[in-house]
Amino acid sequence: MARFVEESVVQLTINGKMRDLDIEPNAPLLWVLRDELGLTGTKFGCGIGTCGACTVHIDGVATRSCVTPIERVAGKSVTTIEALSADSTHAVQQAWIAEDVVQCGYCQSGQIMAAVALLRATPNPTDADINAKMSNLCRCGTYPRIRKAIHRAAAALAAAGKRA
Amino acid sequence: MTKHDLALSRRALISAMISAGGGLAVGVFVPSFAQAKQLGAVLSGDESLAPREMNAFIVIDPDNTVTVRLPHTEMGQGAATALSMIVAEELECDWTKVQCEHASANRNLRDKGVYHSMTTVGSQGVRTSYAYLQQAGASARVRLVQAAAEQWQVPVVECAAADGAVTHLPSKQSLTFGALATKAAAITMGTEPTTKTPDQFRFIGKRTARLDSAPKVNGSAQFGIDTQIPGMVYAAVANCPVFGGLLKAVDDSPAKGQRGVIAVVKLENAVVVVADRYWRARSVLALLKPEWDVGDRAAVDTPMLKKMYLDALDGPMVTAEKIGDPAGTLAAPGAKLVSATYEAPMLSHAPMEPMNATVQISADRVDVWIGSQSPPAALRQAAQAAGVDPSKVFVHNCYVGGGFGRRTQHEELIQAVQVAKVVGKPVKLIWSREEDIRQDHYRPQAAARFNAVIGPDSKTIALDIKIAVPSIFRSLKINPAADGLEPMAFETMGSAASPYNIPNKQIGVMLKNTHVPVMFWRGVGGSQNCFLMESFVDEMAHAAGVDPWEFRRSMVTRPDMIGVLNVMKEKGNWGKPMGPGQGRGMAICESYNSVTGQVAEVTVTPDGKLKVDRVVCVVDCYHVVNPNTVEQQCQGGAIMALTAALYGEINIDKGATVQSNFNTYRLLRMAETPQIEVYLPASGGPKWGGIGEPSVPPLAPAVCNAIFAATGIRVRSLPLKNVNLKKV
Repeated sequence: MARFVEESVVQLTINGKMRDLDIEPNAPLLWVLRDELGLTGTKFGCGIGTCGACTVHIDGVATRSCVTPIERVAGKSVTTIEALSADSTHAVQQAWIAEDVVQCGYCQSGQIMAAVALLRATPNPTDADINAKMSNLCRCGTYPRIRKAIHRAAAALAAAGKRA
Repeated sequence: MTKHDLALSRRALISAMISAGGGLAVGVFVPSFAQAKQLGAVLSGDESLAPREMNAFIVIDPDNTVTVRLPHTEMGQGAATALSMIVAEELECDWTKVQCEHASANRNLRDKGVYHSMTTVGSQGVRTSYAYLQQAGASARVRLVQAAAEQWQVPVVECAAADGAVTHLPSKQSLTFGALATKAAAITMGTEPTTKTPDQFRFIGKRTARLDSAPKVNGSAQFGIDTQIPGMVYAAVANCPVFGGLLKAVDDSPAKGQRGVIAVVKLENAVVVVADRYWRARSVLALLKPEWDVGDRAAVDTPMLKKMYLDALDGPMVTAEKIGDPAGTLAAPGAKLVSATYEAPMLSHAPMEPMNATVQISADRVDVWIGSQSPPAALRQAAQAAGVDPSKVFVHNCYVGGGFGRRTQHEELIQAVQVAKVVGKPVKLIWSREEDIRQDHYRPQAAARFNAVIGPDSKTIALDIKIAVPSIFRSLKINPAADGLEPMAFETMGSAASPYNIPNKQIGVMLKNTHVPVMFWRGVGGSQNCFLMESFVDEMAHAAGVDPWEFRRSMVTRPDMIGVLNVMKEKGNWGKPMGPGQGRGMAICESYNSVTGQVAEVTVTPDGKLKVDRVVCVVDCYHVVNPNTVEQQCQGGAIMALTAALYGEINIDKGATVQSNFNTYRLLRMAETPQIEVYLPASGGPKWGGIGEPSVPPLAPAVCNAIFAATGIRVRSLPLKNVNLKKV
């Protein structure tokens, strides 16, 4: 029978700040962010890595935190929606506001983190690129506006000569 | 908006003031998209009375901030923005200073229903509240003007409100609403002012940015699940997988000594692990092996349920509607008959935010943080579970991570109260996604049989509909449907909502419930009935040898429905040539006072792969408050309905739900989403239509009729994933 008593200190960087966490190595990153650190912008949707509401960046790679044990993140750098910008001014956030993407909003932290990762890898994505990389689920059906917002963000970044 | 536009609009505003001859009806300043002030992280309203409250709906602060109390829940559908716009239109305030919050259910209880039902179902956000919100705005504006006139000691008719200030037109002096609010709030009026008619609207109808974008793109929006209370503990739940079953026994020894575990709580139908962190509660819960007492419900499965509803079509029916002599027309010798039997499955709501509730029980009050479509229901349920007077319960209605009908009953809240009582601490209780889907109250399944007669003029002259479906009212125990009828059972099929003039028509209903609970699902009865009905209309058109658009048009006389049909034809490219394997289909119905038609274009490959390429959605909701959010609802409703048409089914095996998470209850993804075009030919008049649901019902029949056009395969049972579309 599994026991959840083993303890260890896991060291990682979260939103630019070094953290030492006394935590079970198999604790999912999602719940460490939400319950240990109070970073509730990252959402719980399915717990099996399917919906993407829990998407964060680990060393810049979009990752589903609900199925990522904290031990796999040791020594790495985690970025959550809260650190994407200080005041919602990241080009992707601005594009989301300009296109009025959100409805209920619950999945949008994950959608935005996935979109930022897409734009970093593919600064001028085609619709096919967006289809291939944007696998996050949205029950409200914001997909058409997400697509528009990604194109808008890509254009804005290109015009400013910036990277996502 | 450029600076130049801004100057122009101010000039227009001033000329409006002058042309109004000193009257009160002048324009709201309409800001550009970027200028709208965004909401903050918290949407739940303050439960106390604000000092500068103009009325229950409007508070004006000294800095001119206008706070609108929302009588309906913002759950993504845009109610926060639309309802605030309705108030602003009458108040003549500065839109950039408008904020809003969910009204208090406790206040509603104390103040004898001042916020009306506070329940957001049936696409009623705008259509049931626009009149009293207009009134609240007008009442506040008139009293602000009167307060200014009294202060200046000038006649009221020389003063006008605009852009958040009252101006004395002859002297050009002005005072802000913020400066006038305290004085104005004390003014009482003998009679309420009249409100604007739609031709006087200057703001309503303008494409306006949502107020809730910013907190939802930076992670700050506080959903119910994000609630954090000092000293709070977390609860993970395993409910009896068979509805109505009970917890027989559970060995809680595996939980002993586990880090962070506080308690294992045994409820009547569930076992709950309480811990200092949610994942610890969840991990330890997975170690427990509860035994359930499920009785004879374990014998129930989906094949049995399908047979039960199909068999019911051969039995007695309760007549919901009868016009002319359908039986006689069907029995007439030589009648050209069309018949078909259809089925629709159960569906889960599966909003992205799983069910959760946070409860704090104090000596003199119970506080609840939740996302609810019915805060008064949450309040009653919490009061009953806590054993306290409802006036002691305060429901903080948070940002809501999707509703779709799911969040009107809150078993998870009852459990959170029960657990909080046991552990004596604030509790956040979360249902896993598996619990959310397996413990949902589903969209009813249905079986229907149609028998029709096509007359010599190629129109339907008789239609007999038999439908067997569970009763939502019986399932919710709010109404026994004692006469054997409920409106949801034949919603969108009755003559009031069906577009077609059919001289001989009968609808028979058989309500049959099982142990599986059913509930309102986006579109409610229309979500399955429009599939049943409009697919059969397509069958009748083909039997009559008439183009499906012409067939529908020949039987419609209502101008609003004709208007929608005309836009469908034009924008849907109806009749234009298509490529091999492609087809176009349509469907139309009225739901929640709006007429919606959709044209779908599909491609079916020779090996049976289906792609929905394009959906044209045409809605006449008579009055559009915010085209921006109405368009969103049309896109979202079509996508939710397409998810259901392609993949949606809840099956039962051994009395329990088979599907459990998004791997088995699949949702549409970006790559599968068709191009969706939205057209809003609002025809005005006395009715205001709903918008949250009407784009759902026509989608499935439009797609299935397009599949028939492409392949000749008639789909009579959903979801499409179970249908072989390979050409034989």
